[in-house]
Amino acid sequence: MVEQLTFYLFALVAVVAALRVITARNPVHSVLFLVLTFFSMSGIFVLLGAEFLAAILIMVYMGAVAILFLFVVMMLDVDFTQLRKGAINHLPLGIAVGIVILVELAAVAMNLHLSGEVNPALVEQVPNTMAIGKILYTKYLFPFEIASIVLLVALVGAVVLTLRKPRPGLKRQVISEQLARTREQSVEMKKVASGEGA
Amino acid sequence: MSAQTLDINLSLLVPEILISLLAMALLLLTAWRSDAGGQKLVRMISAIGIIVVAVITLGSFGTMTETTFDGLFINDAFSVYMKLLLFISTLFPLVMSWDYLVKNGIDKGEYQVLSLFALLGGMIMASSGDFMTLYLGLELMSLSIYVLAAFRRDDVRSNEAGLKYFILGSLASGLLLYGITLVYGNVGSTSFSEIHAHLASGAHLGESLSVGIILILSGFAFKIAAAPFHMWSPDVYQGAPTSVTAFMGAMPKIAAFAGIYRIFLDAFIPLFHEWGMVLKLLALLSLAVGAFAAIAQTNIKRMLAYSSIGHVGYALIGLAAGNQAGFEAVITYLSIYIFMNIGVFCFVLMLNQDGIGEEIEDYKGLSSQRPILAFVLALFMFSMAGIPPLAGFIGKLVIFKAAVEADLIGLAAVGILFSAVGAFYYLRIVKFMYFDTTESQFGMTVSPISKAVIAITSAVVIVFGIFPGALLEWVAISVKPFIS
Repeated sequence: MVEQLTFYLFALVAVVAALRVITARNPVHSVLFLVLTFFSMSGIFVLLGAEFLAAILIMVYMGAVAILFLFVVMMLDVDFTQLRKGAINHLPLGIAVGIVILVELAAVAMNLHLSGEVNPALVEQVPNTMAIGKILYTKYLFPFEIASIVLLVALVGAVVLTLRKPRPGLKRQVISEQLARTREQSVEMKKVASGEGA
Repeated sequence: MSAQTLDINLSLLVPEILISLLAMALLLLTAWRSDAGGQKLVRMISAIGIIVVAVITLGSFGTMTETTFDGLFINDAFSVYMKLLLFISTLFPLVMSWDYLVKNGIDKGEYQVLSLFALLGGMIMASSGDFMTLYLGLELMSLSIYVLAAFRRDDVRSNEAGLKYFILGSLASGLLLYGITLVYGNVGSTSFSEIHAHLASGAHLGESLSVGIILILSGFAFKIAAAPFHMWSPDVYQGAPTSVTAFMGAMPKIAAFAGIYRIFLDAFIPLFHEWGMVLKLLALLSLAVGAFAAIAQTNIKRMLAYSSIGHVGYALIGLAAGNQAGFEAVITYLSIYIFMNIGVFCFVLMLNQDGIGEEIEDYKGLSSQRPILAFVLALFMFSMAGIPPLAGFIGKLVIFKAAVEADLIGLAAVGILFSAVGAFYYLRIVKFMYFDTTESQFGMTVSPISKAVIAITSAVVIVFGIFPGALLEWVAISVKPFIS
């Protein structure tokens, strides 16, 4: 009973927050609602007994990805109302395509036979963090290593596309020079005739 | 899964390990030595490294099928042959673009490093025995190429190309992943051999399995730029630095076809009647787009993009035939295609100078000033159009033969018709070179490397056109793992 109530609470919050992500006018609010959605979903994962996924969702998606989004939204000067104006023109087409895909997927889902079998691996009383760790470093060691190379490429790519060599005229902060500044270098005394200082 | 029964045989992974070590070592080298001499060193080492690894890989051609990591990784004749094609289609674009990179101020060591990582991704795809490895290989390759496409970051077109490729490529990856989850949901495994066993057992198959297969096919159609998933290709070809376009025209297509063979012939072959139909449609549309859209192009890179869509269409006819001859024909076609592609792009890179850009009209009157260059370029154009006795003709011949054997006479007839249409725009370049005059001077010096690349590729196009026996034999050995 308590479990069901908790589920409905988390599910309700997740759905409402997800809707607010796309309806909120302020993009910063959207990102914050996204964080709320992630948090509610991680609660549902805990109820399902998938504590690893719950922890990952909080640490990676809330802790890193959502905060990164927040930074991007706050730092990039994007006029979202301008973006939305154009989107209205494409709305009918977008809705039409969406409905077609929805109907197709619904037709497939109608024919879906969900069997009642439970995967024995899930029933085993091994904490799933340990189970995932075991299989990740044995059978799936190879994909795990490739994933690390994919991350390396992402890192190299980001640096290649953004890092620029110092251009002439670029002002850089040189701390030793700042500290070595004396009063004579930085302060200039001026005599201002009374009544003329503006 | 206990540690005792763990199946790890790293000796099968030697080429992959060497390429990744090479890429990482060069990454460090280029960070330490960012001067011109250091960049030259990076270029030399990357080229020599690829050759060494290619020779090591060649050593295991034709040996037994071996798997490791519980079938996640497969080493067989097919993977070795495809890896050799990948090495060729990475090495040649790399070495022939040295001058171009220096001239355009993008001779940074990361260019070589990212090319090597893309190659690594392609190699993993060719050896994958599971959706996990296949998908990660595909992402590794795509991610590297997205960055390469945007490598000229001060150029708006290059940025546009990188972004467009990234967004549409991500969409394709999304389709692919969704398809994989539907297949996994129906079958309960991501392993190709287990999926094959499940499908062949005649168990009840849900409707969503077909949707999954179609989505996977759509994802790959994006990657090989088959119509109607080709929209990104002309813009990306045109916008990306020409050296990257040369790379992109060959390497990812080989890798994606290797992935298609792994998925569709290892796993989904029992359902051929379902996805074969889709392949026919893709082939037909690609042929039409490749033939008609290329006619109106004035930029040679855009024209070559449409031409490659057409070439993919021919290759898909062979796959749609669904017989042994068809499977061999596709690989034969691709083997020949990469040499023609590399050769033509070598010309585009070489002729690029002040006043002579990427417009087709810029090649007017080439024959009167540089008769040898014009002759060899004409050779490639005739080969692309499929005129005997050049290799391009052999490629089309084996494809149409396989289609006729599989009773796809209609598709073969349409293919021949479109190849006649396609001949128009290839021969138009020949007409410009030989029958038109121009004011511009073709005074460019041809570097020894460009000469060597052109000599090798044109020799392949001529030799395999006249004596295709050896090529057909290698291809037959490479496709054998799928036939049994």
